[in-house]
Amino acid sequence: MPDVTLKIFRGDREGGQTADYQVPVAPGMVVLDALHHVQKHQAPDLAVRWNCKAGKCGSCSAEVNGRPRLTCKTRMDSLPQDKPITILPMKSFPVIKDLVTDVSWNYKVNKKIPGFTPKAGTNWRMQQEDIDRVQEFRKCIECFLCQNVCHVLREHDKHEQFGGPRFFVRVAGLEMHPLDGVSRVGLLKKELGLGLCNITKCCTEVCTEEIHITDNAIIPLKERVVDEYYDPVLRLVRKIRGG
Amino acid sequence: MNSKYETHEHDVLIIGAGGAGLRAAIEALSQGANVGVVCKSLLGKAHTVMAEGGIAAAMANVDAADDWRTHFRDTMRGGKFLNNWRMAQLHAQEAPDRVRELEQWGALFDRTEDGRILQRAFGGHSFKRLCHVGDRTGLEMIRTLQDRGVQMGFDVYMECTTTRLLMDGGRVAGAFAYWRENGRFVVFKAKAVVLATGGIGKAWPITSNSWEYTGDGMALAYEAGAELLDMEFVQFHPTGMVWPPGVQGLLVTEAVRGEGGILTNKNGERFMEKYDPKRMELSTRDVVARAIYTEVREGRGTEHGGAFLDISHKPAEYVKRKLPSMYHQFRELADVDITAGPMEVGPTCHYMMGGVRVDAETAATSIAGLFAAGEVAAGLHGANRLGGNSLSDLLVFGRRAGLGAVEFAKQQAVPAVDSTQIEEAERAMLAPFERNTDENPYSVHSDLQQIMQILVGIYRTEEDMNSAMEGLARLKERVQRLSINGSRMFNPGWHLCADLKSMLTVSEAVTRSALARKESRGAHSRIDYPNLNAAWGKQNNIISLHGDQMNLEQRPTRELLADLQALLADEKGAGA
Repeated sequence: MPDVTLKIFRGDREGGQTADYQVPVAPGMVVLDALHHVQKHQAPDLAVRWNCKAGKCGSCSAEVNGRPRLTCKTRMDSLPQDKPITILPMKSFPVIKDLVTDVSWNYKVNKKIPGFTPKAGTNWRMQQEDIDRVQEFRKCIECFLCQNVCHVLREHDKHEQFGGPRFFVRVAGLEMHPLDGVSRVGLLKKELGLGLCNITKCCTEVCTEEIHITDNAIIPLKERVVDEYYDPVLRLVRKIRGG
Repeated sequence: MNSKYETHEHDVLIIGAGGAGLRAAIEALSQGANVGVVCKSLLGKAHTVMAEGGIAAAMANVDAADDWRTHFRDTMRGGKFLNNWRMAQLHAQEAPDRVRELEQWGALFDRTEDGRILQRAFGGHSFKRLCHVGDRTGLEMIRTLQDRGVQMGFDVYMECTTTRLLMDGGRVAGAFAYWRENGRFVVFKAKAVVLATGGIGKAWPITSNSWEYTGDGMALAYEAGAELLDMEFVQFHPTGMVWPPGVQGLLVTEAVRGEGGILTNKNGERFMEKYDPKRMELSTRDVVARAIYTEVREGRGTEHGGAFLDISHKPAEYVKRKLPSMYHQFRELADVDITAGPMEVGPTCHYMMGGVRVDAETAATSIAGLFAAGEVAAGLHGANRLGGNSLSDLLVFGRRAGLGAVEFAKQQAVPAVDSTQIEEAERAMLAPFERNTDENPYSVHSDLQQIMQILVGIYRTEEDMNSAMEGLARLKERVQRLSINGSRMFNPGWHLCADLKSMLTVSEAVTRSALARKESRGAHSRIDYPNLNAAWGKQNNIISLHGDQMNLEQRPTRELLADLQALLADEKGAGA
């Protein structure tokens, strides 16, 4: 079996650098297998966050040769083998150790979002075609790669003013739920800073679940914010109807 | 109480944040208790997220004739009548309400034409019974429960691993744990503790189970003095991926067969005709796993040692819609398009039917204040679990454990924890750093997995299992010599030292119980005792700690109530 060189970030909050490891490549091997090989044979303390190794839990996110990826779904044979493979932690979150980052900020943002609140008197009947679009959003496995590549977070570090694509997807799933009875449009505009997104679609490109984040979640939500806050006709209609 | 440790106090402490733990937390919160949830991983990443096919509940949305009685009968038949029948009854009766509750908390299941929750066929279920969302039902369930818990305001201690239960005399008093991020120790004091830590699959190399499944809860309970029940029953799911090597064992959902998938051997024969002509591919998992194993052993396996599973006779769009993650999994990891050709599949260690012995009504263990629900607990599934009955188990008994724990906590004062236990727990954790040997936890783990795979797998013999016991004894000595380097900060090698202790305990319990049970029943198949034995059908294996020795005894099962007996009478023995 041929060997490849992995350049893996080793370090913590104080700093660090990449270290080189040689790993034999087997058929069908993924990057996470290579990281496990390093743990087993060379660096038992190499910190890697992972759970299912099946692309279902979204734990093993990292930047492989500069691309944000789930390491459990990135085949070694999809990467050039003749030069080292560089594996770095996600850039938009503080490093804890090696490839493990502190993603706790996401959990804080999530707490701001009011949960599902059913309309009064529903009989719980829903048609499949009415929930198809919501089911797309609920495929999200919270790998946080969309958060990692969003330039509002990655370059501009606006973690305080901005919720990020993951949580626009979550809000879209609630707002478009056919039986949900509350509005989160004010939250989107204010606390989650939806207006900061300028729809460059970086999030959609990296989504491991192939959710059309920009087209199906963010743009419709932006339209709702515009309707609510900026549409003069609707504002007039609401006034006349006493809304 | 020693003030040098970070300490948290709760009425109810829940260890594990999968379906059972979260459902227990929600119930305890709704009763007004102060609830803490401790989990080894990030919230939302627990093994429940990998569940694919669906939640079994007799809602009768698709097949109007279904009801709890049929679900009860199917579960008992699937479990070869060794189930705790009261658990099977409560489970069948309460599952529909638990599913409706999820919907009311925001879950979006696939729909029937008339707008109700759609249900699909699954092995061993007489009717279309599994409520599902494509093949990602577990994700929908965990996200719904997680969001509900967050909304209700529970405290979650993420990436925090429990290594010991703390006791106040004969009663549980809390838990000792450590933060993976910085390696610091933390003490939880609680009036009641719920174990919801899942299964043990990581003791086998070919498994569908995630990193977390190292038998922690069973080992914690055992060390605290609780009883473990019927540990010999380990389910090998018939369909795991067999190629390429890195993904060996990865689950191929039973929903593929539920949606019409067909199994064939390399000669193109639909071999299930020989093993279960009535139910064919939708026979129970123990039967299908043995069938595939036998086909391969007798030379009719595929190139990579499995069977073919084919769904490509269905329209491609239908396959992609109903089995999206299978479509992606095979396309991305194995270069196979399942809409165009067959998958290669073989058995994979999947689920633990045995576990901590609990009371059916309250999920109480044999230790005061300690409760257990979900895969860590035993009884509901008997000798073999039906697909879909796990997610419903988590909901029904997660809720009951939450209730049981609150009821217990209400009657109790805050327990006392003496510092000796805590210091012992700390010393045990730090020991691998202080040793300087060449004993590496990863090598010990590999060796353990080889023993369990080769000697305590699908087919078992006395000779093999005696060798396994000798091998495990050697590993126990090696675990005492484990050495680890690096810092305490997020150190996976260090974590594995603790996991190994749990895995060895449960592996020994599995092997001892399997040696004792001299019959074949459900998932436990003895080559030297190939038949059901009526006497063994009426007794459970009970494991407990006596001094520093693992003790095994047999105890008679509870006599089935007459009216439930009548439900089973006409079907008894079918589908053996």
